[in-house]
Amino acid sequence: MILFLAAAAILCAGGLSALVASRSARVASCLGAGSAIVGCVLGFIAAARALAGHTEFLRLAWDVPYGSFNLGLDPLSAFFLLPVFGLGALGAVYGSRYLLAFREKKSLGPPWFFYNLLVAAMALVVAARNGVLFLVAWEAMSLASFFLVTFENEREDVREAGWTYLVAAHLGNAFLLALFLLLGNGADSLDFDQFPHPAKSGVLFLLALVGFGTKAGFMPLHVWLPEAHPAAPSHVSALMSGVMIKTGIYGLLRTLTFLGDPPPWWGWTLIAIGITSGVLGVLFALAQHDLKRLLAYHSVENIGIIALGLGIGLLGLSYGSPALVVLGFAGGLLHVINHAMFKGLLFLGAGAVVHATGTREIDRLGGLLKKMPLTGFTFLVGAAAIAGLPPLNGFVSEFLIFLGAYRGVAAKGAGLIVPAAAAISGLALIGGLAVACFTKAFGVVFLGEPRTEDAARAKEPGLAMRIPMALLAAGCFGIGILSPWAISFLGGVIGILAPFDPGVALSNASRSLSSFTTGAAVLAVLIGLFAALRRALLAGRSVEAAVTWDCGYARPAASMQYTASSFAQPLTDLFGLLLRTARHVAPPSGLFPSHASLATETPDLCREQVFQPVFRSVDWGLSKVRWLQTGHVHLYVLYIALTLVVLLAWEIA
Amino acid sequence: MNIAGLVHVVGALIFAPFLLGLINRTKAIFAGRTGPPLFQAYFDLLKLLRKGAVYSRTTTWVFRAGPVVSLAAIVTSLFLVPFGAQPAPLEFEGDLILFAGLLALARFFTVIAALDTGSSFEGMGASREVQFSALAEPPLLLGLATLAPLTGSLSLSGMLAGISGGTWLRAGPALALACAALLVVFLTENARIPVDDPNTHLELTMIHEVMVLDHGGPDLAFIFYGAALKLWVLGAVLIGILAPPQTGLFWDATLRLSGMAALAVLTGIIESTTARLRLVHVPQFLAGAGVLSVLALLLVLR
Repeated sequence: MILFLAAAAILCAGGLSALVASRSARVASCLGAGSAIVGCVLGFIAAARALAGHTEFLRLAWDVPYGSFNLGLDPLSAFFLLPVFGLGALGAVYGSRYLLAFREKKSLGPPWFFYNLLVAAMALVVAARNGVLFLVAWEAMSLASFFLVTFENEREDVREAGWTYLVAAHLGNAFLLALFLLLGNGADSLDFDQFPHPAKSGVLFLLALVGFGTKAGFMPLHVWLPEAHPAAPSHVSALMSGVMIKTGIYGLLRTLTFLGDPPPWWGWTLIAIGITSGVLGVLFALAQHDLKRLLAYHSVENIGIIALGLGIGLLGLSYGSPALVVLGFAGGLLHVINHAMFKGLLFLGAGAVVHATGTREIDRLGGLLKKMPLTGFTFLVGAAAIAGLPPLNGFVSEFLIFLGAYRGVAAKGAGLIVPAAAAISGLALIGGLAVACFTKAFGVVFLGEPRTEDAARAKEPGLAMRIPMALLAAGCFGIGILSPWAISFLGGVIGILAPFDPGVALSNASRSLSSFTTGAAVLAVLIGLFAALRRALLAGRSVEAAVTWDCGYARPAASMQYTASSFAQPLTDLFGLLLRTARHVAPPSGLFPSHASLATETPDLCREQVFQPVFRSVDWGLSKVRWLQTGHVHLYVLYIALTLVVLLAWEIA
Repeated sequence: MNIAGLVHVVGALIFAPFLLGLINRTKAIFAGRTGPPLFQAYFDLLKLLRKGAVYSRTTTWVFRAGPVVSLAAIVTSLFLVPFGAQPAPLEFEGDLILFAGLLALARFFTVIAALDTGSSFEGMGASREVQFSALAEPPLLLGLATLAPLTGSLSLSGMLAGISGGTWLRAGPALALACAALLVVFLTENARIPVDDPNTHLELTMIHEVMVLDHGGPDLAFIFYGAALKLWVLGAVLIGILAPPQTGLFWDATLRLSGMAALAVLTGIIESTTARLRLVHVPQFLAGAGVLSVLALLLVLR
């Protein structure tokens, strides 16, 4: 606990000193990034110790009604702290170089202050054991990330994204406030260990689902996510997409521990949410042209996969099947870490691309693998991992969830088979579509010929930006190959969520995974063998260089290449009913057409069809009481006095 | 690792190209031609392996890695498929997920190698490939899921060994529907009519062939060989369900080999007698397979 507190203190102190030293970009970066790295390393050690079974608690008095400064590091908290501190440190290393590009225009003190604050707040959210403290940390997390999202606030779209995020975050908070008040109903304080046994656990579950789901990005509550994540600087996007949205998953899991035995409909709901978020997330990602926006939609998809895992785990609890509980929760939890790694990696890669070319438009890039070999390679690793391909980490967590679903199908019992079969087909479709989406993203950005001058001039970024990407790519391989060992750490976490010892089921899963690693070894040997064979065969023979086969066309140009839009078009057309892609076509006309253009955009379905009408009618309704708002302070004082009098009268009556 | 199961791996490595010969001979008979020799695929492979290579200046290491990784992934998937009652060399709970994952890995690398050329043709083929295979994924994994409650096993070896004549009598319709779904997957994944036409000579109509336009020499040999193995490995799963084993090792092997040959002939018949679907209708075909696998699962539930 001392280590954890020290980490939090260093993060806060470093952030503040960066703010004070705003005048010099170098000093602010050094202070901000340095303290973030030191703090995160200390915190990581504390989390690793707690995960290994060294549970710690701290209780301090706090002069706030129902509040206390009550912290705990149990395996569940520690597990979520790992990505917070791990990606926090790597993001800081990356950011120390990335943000320097803005030093002419911007002061670098504030972004570092908010970055450190964000990491500290996330750590506090995960460690808090009191409702008030949790909500305060939650709010600090939302606000710190809001200021990071609006870093480039001179741009209209960034301000817009920031407002969307702020509104969404606070609507979610309202549900959380209600949740904690109901949870602590009848208790002296909102300490987690003093919550009485809840009466209406179904209502509480729904409140948690909406409140935490807004942060996690469950469809249809995800609307802020594809706006806010791309707007932030890339290392912050990585942290928000990789870690911050997982605090929603943490909150949901922590709430589940208060609610007692889950009825089956909780699991069904989570599986339904998981399939919707997963499939729609990846479909909307396919339709995007903006690299970071595409990645943001993939966060929705991956949150869907996590929800599927948790849903299967919950069904296991409802139907009394330890194997399902362990496979579902282990898969979902491992995917939390895995997603933090590959999504962090991909956002950092996207940041390197933006840094080098100045654009996020996929169709304006191309051929970057030759200019940025390391970024390209690590992006490829991330792409393969997020598409759930063996032997990388994404495959392992999806494997566990799949296996849980297959167990559900084999169990015989309609309440289990139907959702399990739905989960299998959903996961299969998500996997297939993710392959489509990431062959598109990697292929169009990094392969082929550069489509613009900017792309042709791209250069590999500095060492500070390359090291975090290389480490994360190594991690994607590492977790994939060491998976039988890695999931043994999940025993303690699952033990908190389930009322039995997960050891047996976990060692079964671990046995499957060690056979999987044998398969991975076979694959590696075969790749080496075939590569050597190819080399031996081609040695001493003529190996020529020529142009790409073009059907005899004499003047191939880079603009003739397949674009991201054309690559995705068959799929976006197929699902056109959901995506509602708008096409703006100016067709060529006349004998000598001079200008023709085609532009497509795919606005978010939920934003357009659900939230905008609702907010517009709220706006309309509120405009009717606009006369209350006059701008005269004495009137406002009158309102306050009137309210107090009414409350007093109510109290007396 | 189950060493005896390696016999199947070796057998597949040797016999897989022969299936192509059988398919082409069937098609030739239907068309009233003599057709190429049964062993033509072997001759083609040997010829290609002896050649040099030409690479586009646009390409990078991804283009060269594509055929190698794809072939390695497909050969690894062979390690998961049993033949007869003999379990596969690698057998574990959920190996069917790794099976699907390895095929996806092979596809991923074929697709990015195609995109590496910067050619519109190859981009187009890649785009079609990812679309159709994404839709073929649910019928594959759901179709196999039908076997889980029937056999009580979650590994390919256990599932296929668990099916007997009795299972067919008990749950015949469900198994038949699952097989139909898997046959659609088999035809789609192997770029066969009615989804794709391996004999087409027009780039605009190709799917799989157009993705490998720029490959030559040993790389192309790897790709052809990989395609033959993929035909074998998906066929072996299908035949494993259709022809239940447990009649003694010799008969098992004979049954399976003749089953594979029959499947090749059936593919040839399908290719000769059906027209290729319009590309916009292929998703409906695949969705149909998905529905069949759902129905199969519902029948098992009953």
